[in-house]
Amino acid sequence: MKWTIKNKLLTTISAVSFSMMSTLAIAETELTMYYPVAVGGALTKTVDKMVGGFMEANPDIKVNAIYAGNYNDARVKALAAMKSGDPAQLSVMFSIDLFELLELDAVVPFDDVVKTDADKTWLKSFYPSLMENGVTGGKTYGIPFQRSTIVMYYNKDMFRAAGLDPEKPPATWQELIDMSKKLTKSDGSQWGLMIPSTGYPYWMFSALAMQNDQVLMKGDGKETYFNDPKVVEALTFWKELGSKHGVMPKGTIEWGTLRQNFLEGRTAMMWHSTGNLTTVKKNAKFDFGVAMLPAGKRRGTPTGGGNFYIFKSASAEEQAASLKFIKHMTSPEQSAAWSVATGYMGISQNSYDTDTLKDYVKTFPPAAVARDQLEFATAEFSTFQAGRIRKGLDDAIQAALIGTKSPEDALTEAQNAADRVLKAYR
Amino acid sequence: MKISTKQNLTGWLLFTPAAILLIAFTHYPTIATFFNSLYSNESVIRPSRFTGLESYQNMINDPVFWKVFNNNIWFAIGTIPTSIGLAIIMALIVNKAIPGRGLLRLCYFIPTMLPMIAVANIWLFFYSPDIGLLDKVLGMFGVESQNWLGDPDTALPSIIVMTVWKEAGFFMIFYLAGLQTISPELHEAAKLEGSSRWNYFWRIQFPLLLPTTLFVLINAFLNSFKLVDHLFILTKGGPDNATNLILYYIYENAFSFFDISYASALTVFMLALLAITALVQFFIVDKRTHYR
Repeated sequence: MKWTIKNKLLTTISAVSFSMMSTLAIAETELTMYYPVAVGGALTKTVDKMVGGFMEANPDIKVNAIYAGNYNDARVKALAAMKSGDPAQLSVMFSIDLFELLELDAVVPFDDVVKTDADKTWLKSFYPSLMENGVTGGKTYGIPFQRSTIVMYYNKDMFRAAGLDPEKPPATWQELIDMSKKLTKSDGSQWGLMIPSTGYPYWMFSALAMQNDQVLMKGDGKETYFNDPKVVEALTFWKELGSKHGVMPKGTIEWGTLRQNFLEGRTAMMWHSTGNLTTVKKNAKFDFGVAMLPAGKRRGTPTGGGNFYIFKSASAEEQAASLKFIKHMTSPEQSAAWSVATGYMGISQNSYDTDTLKDYVKTFPPAAVARDQLEFATAEFSTFQAGRIRKGLDDAIQAALIGTKSPEDALTEAQNAADRVLKAYR
Repeated sequence: MKISTKQNLTGWLLFTPAAILLIAFTHYPTIATFFNSLYSNESVIRPSRFTGLESYQNMINDPVFWKVFNNNIWFAIGTIPTSIGLAIIMALIVNKAIPGRGLLRLCYFIPTMLPMIAVANIWLFFYSPDIGLLDKVLGMFGVESQNWLGDPDTALPSIIVMTVWKEAGFFMIFYLAGLQTISPELHEAAKLEGSSRWNYFWRIQFPLLLPTTLFVLINAFLNSFKLVDHLFILTKGGPDNATNLILYYIYENAFSFFDISYASALTVFMLALLAITALVQFFIVDKRTHYR
């Protein structure tokens, strides 16, 4: 008898508290999101503003957007939070983290979260090249947000001084070498070209390899093509820009300080993320232009940057709220504002059709270069065990650039190492 | 002496908070790490299984591990004697009654107060080719621009120089404290005997400072293995692992590659190495150290 009373009491208490909890949940769904910034500048303020705008329009959802360092840090933090049992519900992470997230069973496909036809149309509204890194096995796991391609920034004043046409940046590898030679000063005070080789060497290399008509990996993330003759040729070309043609400093070039080198006029051209565009525009004291990367056998660049992911551990309610938030952040207006604030590209044709971006592109044509280049873009390098394989490739690239190994030996080694790791997945 | 139950209980109670912290954050992780190193990584596709010493086998066959180990030894050789030597010299200078002594002490100590990440960001621009401070200063003397962090021959030495700059001020504080415990009578006596300044330092000050030196030596050694913050900013271990150190390599394996098993094996190796060195220092060097 006593037991039943106790039992009843407990049931009542839990029923009451449960209904209270669900009322609270209706009142407010709280989402935690990590996001990275890879190019510096005051991008966190821009994100805060966009998130604030969403919360104003949706008072029932609270979003804690947490800046988590670079792409690597953001992934580490999001996964650490997941393991600690206090997970984030969604995050912006590297577009190429997909296979690792899948292996950890961490993310849900958007196909399972979208409900209405409008949602399904939304899912198809983005540029297809930007979806490549987010889709595998017919399902979409990543929604593009801060996306980029590599573009070539060039100093028009230096082009004029060297007797070159500032409206005709190099369009082929041969032109790149010829013009760089004219732009390089023999006393070392000015270089023709700098391509960064720390931080994300594999990213720059994907561009060179594709320009030489060979991608670095198969779409399923289980095979790499590092020792393909065309890939070796591409690395040789990169190395020879410094060692043979003398238009680029020898050794590695630092990703983090390259923008400063360009702004201070130490190099006439640099290859860098389009995410730098707004910062360069604000700080350049000279007339500069932005061009597509030149063509070897063809044009080519990888896409890059961060996608939205929704975590599996989030409740159905939180996943729905996350979807609502992501739809807001990737809406044409928000995407256009983000693009103007940063230089990252608008992620859908609709965003370029907004007045914001239309006007911006009219007054500042470089803003459209990254988008126009999408036509020649491939997915960013992404495989299973991506961290280790990327590191192998990065080491090979650097070894070839500093001259400790020949491009062929370095890439063959990297390929063998990659084969050993990926064998288990085939 | 007989200890009452109450005293006994009090003792245990006093010991408990420290013990809980030590066990939770030092002993348990150490043991867990060792066991992790014996099992393969767990993923949804493949469950974890016992692999024994396979991770250690991989370690021995991993050329990057040997390179990183080698780098760490050079890093230790490059940083420890130099920073200790500099620390002694700086301590001797600011121990004297000279004008602006307080300011000078502060100047020497400032690098220590700055966070390592901030320091690395500053030095990144010092070392930057062409636009960096170092190249600009050397350029005035007609020295050609150098790619300090991008050339494997200069990358590790550049990191060593920065670390020495950062550490010497910290060790100086200990030497300064050590110097001030030396009785001034010894100095007066040496003066009366007509002992040279060098002789006074070498025969009197240096031996009396040996306990400090032992302490600093252990700290410097530990730091040479556990200080890697700057690598995240400066080189990320590149170019081609030329500046990669053991702890950074452990981080890469654990959090970049999610290879917990291999990272654990590397950690066990590093712990063993540090434990052995600490024992050597305590039992051999300690015996030869003069304590008052």
